[in-house]
Amino acid sequence: MGGFLAEIVRTELATPDPDLVQPEMYNQMFTMHGTIMLFLWIIPAGAAFANYLIPLMIGAEDMAFPRLNAVAFWMIPVGGVLLISSFFVGAPQAGWTSYPPLSLMSGKWGEEIWIMSLLILGTSSILGALNFAITILKMRIPEMDLNSMPLFCWSMLATSALVLIGTPVLAAALILLSFDLIAGTSFFNPVGGGDPIVYQHMFWFYSHPAVYIMVLPFFGVISEVLPVHARKPIFGYRAIAYSSLAIAFLGLIVWAHHMFTSGTPGWLRMFFMATTMLIAVPTGIKIFSWCATIWGGKIELNSAMLFGIGFISSFLIGGLSGVMVAAVPFDIHVHDTYFIVAHFHYVLFGGSVFALFAGLYHWFSKMTGRMLNETWGRIHFALTFIGFNMTFLPMHQLGLLGMNRRIALYDPQFQSLNIVCTIGSYILAVSTLPLVINVLWSLIKGKKAGRNPWRALTLEWQTTSPPAIENFESEPVLWAGPYEYGIDSENEDEEDVEDMLAEVSAQS
Amino acid sequence: MQSSTVEDPKLALNYHKEVEPEGHHGEHPDHRMLGVIVFLVAESMIFLGLFGAFLIYRSMMPVWPPEGTPELELLVPGINSIILISSSFVMHKGQSAIQKNDVPGLQLWFAITAAMGAIFLLGQLYEYSHAEFGLTLNVFTSCFYVLTGFHGLHVTLGLLLILAVLWRSRQPEHYSETSHFGVEAAELYWHFVDVVWIILFVLVYLL
Amino acid sequence: MKIPSNILTLIAGIALTMICLWYGQNHGLMPIAASAEARTVDEIFNFMMTIATGLFLLIEGVLIISIFKFRRRKGDLTDGPSIEGNIPLEIVWTAIPAVIVFILAIYSFEVYNKMGGLDPMASHDMGTQIAHHHHNDNLVALDLEGQEVALGLGASPGNKDEESLVVDVNGLQYAWLFTYPDTGVVSGELHVPVNRQVTLNISAADVIHAFWVPQLRLKQDAVPGREAQLTFVPDRVGEYPIICAELCGAYHGAMKTTLFVETEAEYNQWVQDNTFAQESFLDEAVARQ
Repeated sequence: MGGFLAEIVRTELATPDPDLVQPEMYNQMFTMHGTIMLFLWIIPAGAAFANYLIPLMIGAEDMAFPRLNAVAFWMIPVGGVLLISSFFVGAPQAGWTSYPPLSLMSGKWGEEIWIMSLLILGTSSILGALNFAITILKMRIPEMDLNSMPLFCWSMLATSALVLIGTPVLAAALILLSFDLIAGTSFFNPVGGGDPIVYQHMFWFYSHPAVYIMVLPFFGVISEVLPVHARKPIFGYRAIAYSSLAIAFLGLIVWAHHMFTSGTPGWLRMFFMATTMLIAVPTGIKIFSWCATIWGGKIELNSAMLFGIGFISSFLIGGLSGVMVAAVPFDIHVHDTYFIVAHFHYVLFGGSVFALFAGLYHWFSKMTGRMLNETWGRIHFALTFIGFNMTFLPMHQLGLLGMNRRIALYDPQFQSLNIVCTIGSYILAVSTLPLVINVLWSLIKGKKAGRNPWRALTLEWQTTSPPAIENFESEPVLWAGPYEYGIDSENEDEEDVEDMLAEVSAQS
Repeated sequence: MQSSTVEDPKLALNYHKEVEPEGHHGEHPDHRMLGVIVFLVAESMIFLGLFGAFLIYRSMMPVWPPEGTPELELLVPGINSIILISSSFVMHKGQSAIQKNDVPGLQLWFAITAAMGAIFLLGQLYEYSHAEFGLTLNVFTSCFYVLTGFHGLHVTLGLLLILAVLWRSRQPEHYSETSHFGVEAAELYWHFVDVVWIILFVLVYLL
Repeated sequence: MKIPSNILTLIAGIALTMICLWYGQNHGLMPIAASAEARTVDEIFNFMMTIATGLFLLIEGVLIISIFKFRRRKGDLTDGPSIEGNIPLEIVWTAIPAVIVFILAIYSFEVYNKMGGLDPMASHDMGTQIAHHHHNDNLVALDLEGQEVALGLGASPGNKDEESLVVDVNGLQYAWLFTYPDTGVVSGELHVPVNRQVTLNISAADVIHAFWVPQLRLKQDAVPGREAQLTFVPDRVGEYPIICAELCGAYHGAMKTTLFVETEAEYNQWVQDNTFAQESFLDEAVARQ
């Protein structure tokens, strides 16, 4: 759905004039595209992985609060349907940021529905985060201490902390906004003495951490996928684990870098520039550690690994441009341009979505008991990677040259690059076909997967594929640290794992 | 990576064979109280957001409250605050009672708390109906209504929780000295609401 | 012939440095710079681009080499070496980004200062001005006597004493309106003389807009109820687009006008022409957008 809207947006931008859809409609499109992709795709996808994997990885039979979990899950479709239904009353047009006063002036009910659905989705993610945090902290099997749990759990712990601290503030901002909208107060409306900047502060206090909420779980996914397929321990476990926490902490104090050109006084801009740049340090640690994990390994270049490496290479671009936009003088130039559009798509698409696919190819066998087809997987990767870079790489240049974002009509001089972007986005659209075919076909006809097709060491691979009800038939056994590959490779490590597997299944 | 797990993985395996898995399909330990605490952390962030906005407005306006705002009356809300704050102590008596397995005591103290909460809400309604300003007069009055209203909503919720505890306590054996999560949760929530009110009262009425 | 691997690494390193130095200067991604400040922004961008290219090539190189060199051989089911970390190496790659970031921060601070971002007059946020004083003739909520306040970028420290040409900029859905308080000219386009300091007082009438001239590398949001300031010295004659860079409604994309940087004589001529016909010009400007 969100992707479909994006295709319309891109098609519209193939020509400089608004000819496919009307500008009002265009604004509704990109508002909904942003909201759907962020709140109904990436955040729930991260939560879905977490829900599935955390109990398995720490050897618990379920989350700490299964009923609460169900409530949180069912709030997502409710929120989603509500959000999409806003098209019938005129969807919101103010962008996913909904800056007042614009959001107060265009399409009252569409905006209100947007607020309501975001409140529902926000509550859902708060409840989910609460559940994750407590499950990770309290339900590990006794032998597993914090420093021997898989890195995915670390990153979810950091994510949950961010959700718990950030999301309520967004809720507060949205409550005030809807008062402005419905009851006619003027918190953010300058005509009545309010101040739109206050909304921006409250909004970004959540929405910058939200980027990390979207990306951190997938850092965790990558930290799981890479070592398994490179047959090598993760490089610098503690550095990766603690850098997640560092990112989460720094993520909370950088929000005003979205407001360098609006109402932020000079010295504050400097402060936020410094904190924002600091984030590059833990992120850099992660990227270097991942590279070092691959280096010298014995890489099994399957679809999961391909997406994993695709993730590193595209997230790298997002990270580098991220440091650039942190520099205030430069950000003043590129703020709200296509450079920014390119930057966050590299972070969220190149980051989250690539890792999401890596995780899908990695854990599909565990979830369904069948393997995904490799050939289709590779086609999927090739199309996604090409389409993605073709769509978003030229956007850097567009932004630098002076194309601003959220416009339906632009200067004709930018047309050729825009056409490249549009073609790229079509390739991206096509790239979903192999995935769908692959998933459907493999569900029915895929090769049966054993308990542990990747010979991985984390706990989820000890149970049957798909896992039994209450996850483990018998108490899982912590047989090794999560990443202890190649401990005794001379003595045919492979057989060790097989032995252990056999023993574990014999026990059950 | 820590060195202890780098040892032979088989060692860990052997170690484990000795400890036979015991029936694990039973109850898992109760983490609900921790859940309530974490939830309250998230709740307090909402209030923090609202207070933050309030403080920003306050610091930006040359005159605060803006010109033309009628004086807030302090008598009724003052009495109200005293009632609400003391209800926290009353409620704690109820919790101490259940720790001694004294269900009638619990019922008595919780009933008093509920009554005090209800008086507080009525007092709020009285204040609303007698206030000389409306919601949309200016930013201050909007903040006033939104903050107190949002807090009032929480008091109502807390009141419902207390009533639910009372309702359940009619059933014998429902709460005992060892199992009274509902009582604890309701109490913690009520204290939370109380603390928020103290901050709110200081910010909105006194400053 | 067999070349030792450390020499290969050295050569690769030198090549890498050369490439990124070259690309950092010659990426051709930026539009023309029309003021001295814009060129300093370009310098910082070039600097960042150099570092970024280096890191990009380094990491992509590592990935690509790994893919080819460290592939699993067929039938080889053993694991890779068990290397779980290397503390000195980790410290090194924590330190490198930290140092780079530190240098960048200092550098940005310098540039920002040079652009006048820390000019106490411009950078001090005095809060909202309650928009009580709506004048009927135009929607600019200006109160220049009492508070000289704004957000945005002030004069460069070097040009502090220079007297600037003041223009009041007002953004409304979907047009820019420029008022010259000195001469009373009201226009839909911005005309300024070359090599003279210009100060824009930016405000908005309805929703948030943003004033952006890519060639000046300057942008400032126009927030209703607040006032912002931009000061710059254009030093290159030409026509540059003025773009609204904050979503302001359905026709946000069409909210554009032109900045004319003219010679002193041309500018004076333009002022002459417009002083008389300003009433009609205002109508025309609104009607045209």
